[in-house]
Amino acid sequence: MSEQNETEDHSLYAAREPIFPRRVKGPFRNLKWVIMAVTLGIYYITPWLRWDRGPNLPDQAVLVDLASRRFFFLWIEIWPHEFYFIAGLLIMAGLGLFLFTSALGRVWCGYACPQTVWTDLFILVERWIEGDRNARLRLHRQKKWDLRKVRLRVTKWVAWFLIGMATGGAWVFYFTDAPTLLNNLIALQAHPAAYITIFVLTMTTFVFGGFMREQICIYACPWPRIQAAMMDEETLTVGYRYWRGEPRGKLNHTETEDPPAGDCIDCMACVNVCPMGIDIREGQQLACITCALCIDACDDVMAKIGKPRGLIDYLALTDEETEKKGGASRPIWQHVLRPRSVLYTVLWSGVGLALVFALFMRADIDLTVAPVRNPTFVLMSNGDVRNTYEIRLRNKNGEDRPVRVTVKGDLALRTQLENTIYETVTVPADETKLVKFFVIAPGQSDISKREVSSIRIWVEDVINGDKAYKDTVFNGKANK
Amino acid sequence: MSKKPVKKEVPTTGHSWDGIEEYDNPMPRWWLWTFYACIVFAIGYSIAYPAWPMINRATPGLLGYSTRQDGEAALIAAAQANDVINTKLAETELADISKDPELVTYATNAGAAVFRTWCAQCHGSGAAGVQANGYPNLLDDDWLWGGAIDDIHTTISHGIRNTMDDDARYSEMPAFGDILEQEQIAQVTNFVMSLSGDADSPDMIADGAIVFEENCAACHAEDGTGDRAQGAPNLTDAVWLYGDGYDHIFAQISKARNGVMPNWNTRLSEPEIRAVSIYVHSLGGGE
Repeated sequence: MSEQNETEDHSLYAAREPIFPRRVKGPFRNLKWVIMAVTLGIYYITPWLRWDRGPNLPDQAVLVDLASRRFFFLWIEIWPHEFYFIAGLLIMAGLGLFLFTSALGRVWCGYACPQTVWTDLFILVERWIEGDRNARLRLHRQKKWDLRKVRLRVTKWVAWFLIGMATGGAWVFYFTDAPTLLNNLIALQAHPAAYITIFVLTMTTFVFGGFMREQICIYACPWPRIQAAMMDEETLTVGYRYWRGEPRGKLNHTETEDPPAGDCIDCMACVNVCPMGIDIREGQQLACITCALCIDACDDVMAKIGKPRGLIDYLALTDEETEKKGGASRPIWQHVLRPRSVLYTVLWSGVGLALVFALFMRADIDLTVAPVRNPTFVLMSNGDVRNTYEIRLRNKNGEDRPVRVTVKGDLALRTQLENTIYETVTVPADETKLVKFFVIAPGQSDISKREVSSIRIWVEDVINGDKAYKDTVFNGKANK
Repeated sequence: MSKKPVKKEVPTTGHSWDGIEEYDNPMPRWWLWTFYACIVFAIGYSIAYPAWPMINRATPGLLGYSTRQDGEAALIAAAQANDVINTKLAETELADISKDPELVTYATNAGAAVFRTWCAQCHGSGAAGVQANGYPNLLDDDWLWGGAIDDIHTTISHGIRNTMDDDARYSEMPAFGDILEQEQIAQVTNFVMSLSGDADSPDMIADGAIVFEENCAACHAEDGTGDRAQGAPNLTDAVWLYGDGYDHIFAQISKARNGVMPNWNTRLSEPEIRAVSIYVHSLGGGE
């Protein structure tokens, strides 16, 4: 209780402490530059790629066409009834995150998360305009808003805002034809939804990347909280070899000291480069996104003072125990290649293979059959028994196709398509068509008297012979 | 001992579970401001929109918004949007509507909605009628007053045997229980059954034929195929408005039931009547 009383005077709310990450060079920084270039490149360029699908279909390579409920990805076209592909991809994304988290910790957060990538880009712009850490710190501490400070700040905010607009702008291009939409946007004739979406995404990018930054990861994002449950003692995280670094102190300590000085010279390089504003030497902590920039910073310093690299490094919990006993830590691949990660990989590939298999197995024409059950059958004036089926035909081709509808199950059955004397009906390109299909059993036939009989409705694309079928039932007079 | 670095001092709540303590970190200040902003928004919202429940109704809100008005506006907008095609539907020759796919699609869907609202009470939502109770099945190919689109349109417009419309279709089968002997009714019942299948007592058919010719053929025709001009049903087919079998047919001859259908020309608009005519015509029995 006494402890509680002592803490009562501290504030319940804390302002964000600004962070000024210093520039750093090294292999991990280079890897992050590459990932940033590739992911941003994919994001901004993809809507502008074209893909010829014929005269009746859009020529945008990747298009989420919500209005006509189609998803186009290169040569693949997904219809709403094939939503299981999306579900499958989401399952794969989930398993992929399990795999990467259990093997490499918060590698998603550190390298690929949009919040990290855009924040990284915003910090880069900030450095170009205002200078590196020390210059930015000085500018921050300068109370007076002189012309220089105003100019630098305004330039930076404008640059951020433009990036934000490009980000929000690119997003809407995924949902409709990009060149047309761009023209409409400029001519102020686009749908309000486009402007609202661009505005919201511009502002979130601007605020999240420019001002919220690590606050999003620490307070807003649920993913870091879940990740901890997926890590174990073999999971690689960024760690500090305190058993090698401590006691830390200035470089000119002599060897005679007792206890002998550690390798850490307390130069604060790891803290100064950290985009999350933490000290990794305090151990693995909630705010660390394992971006590995502190590894680059520390390796650089170790090289300068002639010590081996890796005072801060990718480590697993088990490495701490082995190394403290004098052993060597296990190589990275041994941490990664474990039954757990192998199992995740197998599950992930299994779902992926199933999706690919399903993708190549599906026909370009398809049907669903809804038997009309109100009433179960109709007695015709000549004593025939008629059943009605509502068939939805889907033509995924880029051109109109005549489709023949037939029935198998009993030789006595006759069929009739709504509004035509023919067996075929034309389904327009890339559309569905709902047709009424009558199946008639003569009054004297067995099938007309039975309660229920199995039948199979076949559809066939007359042009290329593609076929598909659905099983259903025929109700006879005994089915009252 | 090694000096493992420890996190800088943060107060704890004082709670301790098996030695695990709970940090008392402060909330971020922006979170507090977001919270305040939500409160301000909520107050503004409850002033602008209907919000606080009172005894009779909720506070109306300064903007005067109501979902009911929204719904009414949507209905008016939908009616206006359909104006053009409704006019076209009313002005096109009935027989020519089937040549215009756009009109057919519109009329079939609009007609289905009209049917479920106004017709389903008697004819059933699936249009199968109520068998043996005189509500005709509209799915089959047997029509009392004709199954061409014009016939269906007339029947729906003016109705059958109602007292509201002078142009209503009219006919009345007499109650032969007051005219014929029970024996004669039994004979003619067996004869009628023999027209489409097996009679209960085949030895009565011959006498029944005579009774039929004298009393029934005037309306139902000599061969029993009926007469659509006066709504006299075809007795040679498999469809029975008031039920098949000896008992049902005997009952109908003795004391005929004559079903009534209202005239819809005073309740539905012409485009609605045309739409529902086309819908009924499309159900599988249209001629």
